[in-house]
Amino acid sequence: MITTLLYSLTGLILFAMGLFTLIIHSHPLRKILAVNVMSTGVFLILVATAYKPLGQGDIDPVPHAMVLTGIVVSVSITALALILACRMQETSNLDLLGRKKQSKPTKEAGA
Amino acid sequence: MIFFNADTSSWMISPIVLPLTAGLLCFLFTRRTFAIALTAALANLLAVCLLTYQLLVFGPMRCHVGGWQPPLGITLRTDGPALLMLLMTAVTGLAITLYARGYFSYRISDPRRTSRHQRQQRYFWPLWMLLLAGLNGLFLSNDIFNIYVTLELIGISAASLAALSGKPASQLASFRYLMVSLLGSLTYLLGIVFLYRSCGVLDLDLLRNLTANGPGIRAALALMSVGLLLKTALFPLHFWLPPAHANALAPVSAILSALVVKGSFYLLFRFWFEIFPSIISTAALNFLGILGAIAIIWGAIQAMRQQRLKLMVAYSTVSQLGYLFIAFPLVKVNGSEQVWSIVIFMALAHACAKSAMFMAAGTVFLHLGHDQIKNLSGVRSSLPITVFAYGIAGVSLMGLPPSGGFIGKWLLLTSSLASSQWWWALVVMSGSLLASIYVFRVMSRFFVIPDSFSFKKTEPLSPLLEWPALALALISMFLGLAASWPLYILATGSPALAQIIPGGLP
Repeated sequence: MITTLLYSLTGLILFAMGLFTLIIHSHPLRKILAVNVMSTGVFLILVATAYKPLGQGDIDPVPHAMVLTGIVVSVSITALALILACRMQETSNLDLLGRKKQSKPTKEAGA
Repeated sequence: MIFFNADTSSWMISPIVLPLTAGLLCFLFTRRTFAIALTAALANLLAVCLLTYQLLVFGPMRCHVGGWQPPLGITLRTDGPALLMLLMTAVTGLAITLYARGYFSYRISDPRRTSRHQRQQRYFWPLWMLLLAGLNGLFLSNDIFNIYVTLELIGISAASLAALSGKPASQLASFRYLMVSLLGSLTYLLGIVFLYRSCGVLDLDLLRNLTANGPGIRAALALMSVGLLLKTALFPLHFWLPPAHANALAPVSAILSALVVKGSFYLLFRFWFEIFPSIISTAALNFLGILGAIAIIWGAIQAMRQQRLKLMVAYSTVSQLGYLFIAFPLVKVNGSEQVWSIVIFMALAHACAKSAMFMAAGTVFLHLGHDQIKNLSGVRSSLPITVFAYGIAGVSLMGLPPSGGFIGKWLLLTSSLASSQWWWALVVMSGSLLASIYVFRVMSRFFVIPDSFSFKKTEPLSPLLEWPALALALISMFLGLAASWPLYILATGSPALAQIIPGGLP
């Protein structure tokens, strides 16, 4: 019980941290990372929901299926968001990361 | 009919499978994409009509996909509201498909940027078919996690469609749109997690029968509502909508404004009044009603102040979405059936009128090369059909008598007066007045012919650019005259509603 609660609280904290970053930062890459942290938080709570201590029956497989689906969705959305962010930097004159040449490696590290 | 009996509920998957297949085919074949998409849109309309027939004959149905029963499997279901939303999507979708063909052909015929416009057309069709499949899945699905997946499908395809025009402004807007829609669906997913911890089921029917009430379910409902409100763009969460809708290509604007926002609203309404009616407090209903009222006034004032036609139409969407929420506080007195009919009517009329308006705005943009409201003079002489479609759609938005918007507003007025909440009636009427101001402001520009205006002979536009808009505008107009049909479909399978219909209509 205490394990589930601990992991769920960690997940909630991750969600809140991601939400905070998503709202206050205007940088696209930070926003994408923030959203990923948020979704990781939700997945952590889901996995914690499925947890049962050893010897108290089988774990619940439904949340695991949900996490798998969620990961697939999250990966594809991250890819789309990264492409949009790259495009935005190429076409706009908005200075998002200082100089353009420096922006490339940072983005790959984020992906 | 042999193909049709109470057992053939597996027909229900066709509105999801048909557009999805068409989307894949459009992606594989670079030629004849329009033919594939048109076939899918037509087949989708046919399938939805058959499902409606099935509903009228056999009543609401469930389909267990793959033969898996509810606690583990995913259920699809048809009932009155779901089918009306599907019909709305199918009809509007068909018109948008035809319009998009005309739109892209016109742009490709422009010698300056042919290859770019061809590329836009190539990506438009698969994404639009994916979006259509997602919307149909959303309306049919009876599983709360499956709904999350359809929400994400809609979010991905809608954001990519919004970015299609390739301009920096539209990329910025669609990035913000993607982030907002992702935030909305993650909040919704967190709500699902809470709900699953409290109830242990995901099927909507099972959730409805649980009637449990605890802090976990309240938190879940609050999270899911916030997520869906963000996607529905209720004031003050509407900040992302005008730039995303106004900077997209015209067919995309029509899709986003007419259909995509309705999907999340439909879910919100269903959760509040079908699944968890017992834990909704009057304060929460009034809160959403007040936000809706502010949205009506604020959206209309912003629409009046805009300098560009498409931004004006986009702010008008913010305003019109407010009407859907103003119906919420009326539910305690009038019952959820009456409010269902109000909301469905407003949604149907708005979908047809708003997509017609965006199509008209897009045609004007193609014709003139800009959409500055102050330079629209004389359009009436060169685009009479488009201007007529704009006018009819405007009449429906204002809510003048024979239109579908009038029926919705009339139901709203009568039920707010019947429950002695006259202040909502006041908001509805002032909203109509403000709507007529922003519609006529553009309309009067269309009809002004300045002295220096010369009737230059322009090449005639493709009929596909003008007639779909007019057809949709006329549908939204005549929806008011055929008001009993949607209400009849809505009432099928819901005995409580069947009683109120005779007295509920003007």
